[in-house]
Amino acid sequence: MGTALDAAALRNEIGGIAAIWYREWKVFLREKSRIVASIVNPILWLVVFGGGLGRNVTVPGTSYQAFIFPGILAQAALFSSVFFGVYIVWDRKIDFLKEVLVAPISRTSVFLGKVAGGATDSVVQSLILLVLGAILGAAGILPGLSITPASFGAALLILALAISGLVSVGLIVGAMMDSPEGFQLVSSFLLFPAFFLSGALFPIDRLPAWLTPFVLADPLTYSVDALRHAILGTAHFPLALDIGVLGVFLAAMVWLGSRAFDRMRI
Amino acid sequence: MPAIALDRLRREFGSLAAVEGLSLDIGEGEFFGLLGPNGAGKTTTLLMLTTLLRPTSGTALVGGFDIVTQPLHVRRSIGIVFQDPSSDDTLTGYENLKLHGMLYHMEPGLRERRISEVLELVDLTDRKDGIVKHYSGGMRRRLELARGLMHRPRVLFLDEPTLGLDPQSREHIWDYVERLVEAEGITVVLTTHYMEEADRLCDRIAIVDHGRIVALDTPAELKTVLGGDVITVRAAAPGLDAVRALGIAERIERQDGAVAITVRDARTALQPVLHAIGPVESVEVRPATLEDVFMHYTGREMRDVSAEGGWAQRSMRLRSGTR
Ligand SMILES: Nc1ncnc2c1ncn2[C@@H]1O[C@H](COP(=O)(O)OP(=O)(O)OP(=O)(O)O)[C@@H](O)[C@H]1O
Ligand SMILES: [Mg+2]
Repeated sequence: MGTALDAAALRNEIGGIAAIWYREWKVFLREKSRIVASIVNPILWLVVFGGGLGRNVTVPGTSYQAFIFPGILAQAALFSSVFFGVYIVWDRKIDFLKEVLVAPISRTSVFLGKVAGGATDSVVQSLILLVLGAILGAAGILPGLSITPASFGAALLILALAISGLVSVGLIVGAMMDSPEGFQLVSSFLLFPAFFLSGALFPIDRLPAWLTPFVLADPLTYSVDALRHAILGTAHFPLALDIGVLGVFLAAMVWLGSRAFDRMRI
Repeated sequence: MPAIALDRLRREFGSLAAVEGLSLDIGEGEFFGLLGPNGAGKTTTLLMLTTLLRPTSGTALVGGFDIVTQPLHVRRSIGIVFQDPSSDDTLTGYENLKLHGMLYHMEPGLRERRISEVLELVDLTDRKDGIVKHYSGGMRRRLELARGLMHRPRVLFLDEPTLGLDPQSREHIWDYVERLVEAEGITVVLTTHYMEEADRLCDRIAIVDHGRIVALDTPAELKTVLGGDVITVRAAAPGLDAVRALGIAERIERQDGAVAITVRDARTALQPVLHAIGPVESVEVRPATLEDVFMHYTGREMRDVSAEGGWAQRSMRLRSGTR
């Protein structure tokens, strides 16, 4: 009896997560400009920064453009994932949040549905960038970059893990803000240091030693590192460490996010 | 067990007490009206009862569950149509309803049947695939109603649901809701500024002002308290003291620059009242309505001559409220 009830409750919560995801997916499909904007920026970084400013930078084992490709993937994932949190502020503004918060599902499920929705958006974007990377690599435009089916799949899995944690961060900030401007401000404070400290654009052992603690505390560092494992075959930390840190990060953010959503009021 | 039991429910916003400790039982299957001028605290009360707003103190049981300590249980048995539109305007009407069905755990077959049913009800069937952004105000309102009714909650909260709807749509929707109440015994809490609507639909009505209940009874009882008929007189200098001296006026109130005199029976009272009041510009006699009751409890009475300015303001507010 007890277990039957529990199974029904669980089914309801999963249904609720699916409902929230369904809505985010519909919005994503309708707002095509979101996808285009999220693709254009990373390409500019690759071509302008990697091919221009970085032309003379040397890194061990590969070309600079190939070296920053995993970094740019991680950066694109970082920005689109965290910025997804602004839509919760938006939902509150258009009062749609009331419809969700009054529904018979737990706040944890609302949060997980949102994470699933945001992660889907960012993963689709990553997928497009990976395909572009494979094409540009094969065409010789990004010299030294060769993406095999195996590295493609591994990179996508790593990205999905990292993205889920990053979307959670954005949602936590969003749950605490009541204006898009406030969200923008707070997230910029998080995003730019996270990006520059992560080693996306240079090997982290070239940074001054006093920055090392910050580099190690930055979850993006491990995303970039794991992606280098998958795509370039060499990196700074062991892959198991990267994955472990990203897993712990995700678990911590989901826990925090459930609490933030529990406290959230209209 | 009452469907809803408010126990000293109170909510403050800073120094303002929007709801000042309401205690009240609403029975299962009851159609209950919450009337009051703008800012009386109606929406605040409904948001607390639907667990979206935390009370400052006190609590309430909805369907036997505590809104503060068991919010998820409460949310399983309620539905609400919000005063402000809360659909997603990037989705289509149909998508909004489908999302709602999913959020309320309706299995797909039932969900599709209900979506067709409520779309038919609010006359949006042929616009269901249009993006809500492109709906008119009334269409959006109707979509909200369709959504609130779709999952057939045990307790339904309606916060000014028919505001801005044409009379036909209102008629349609109320027929449907009344049938639901009859067939399924659901409890409805309604706020509205349409007095005839409240009069016709509600089993009981609470009139609230400044976060407090100032009157609570059946519409019929509320009207008998006022007496039977209202004589409305426009006059340059009405002899109200003389009218008062007659001892047949139940109430004398100023309304929109005229004077409303409530009497038990206008057939016998009209002659002496007109005689006492002196020369008049116009006279109108009609049975007392809920509107009069509302004015009586929320507008200020004639006796407070000193507060004339305050009264005028209040009357403006009321008028903008009833549109
Ligand atoms: N979030 C809020 N912050 C501050 N004050 C609020 C808030 N919500 C409501 N109030 C105040 O509480 C009082 C009651 O507001 P409420 O919305 O409950 O009134 P209402 O009876 O629904 O009025 P209306 O007929 O205009 O819908 C008002 O004075 C309003 O300004
Ligand atoms: Mg209101």
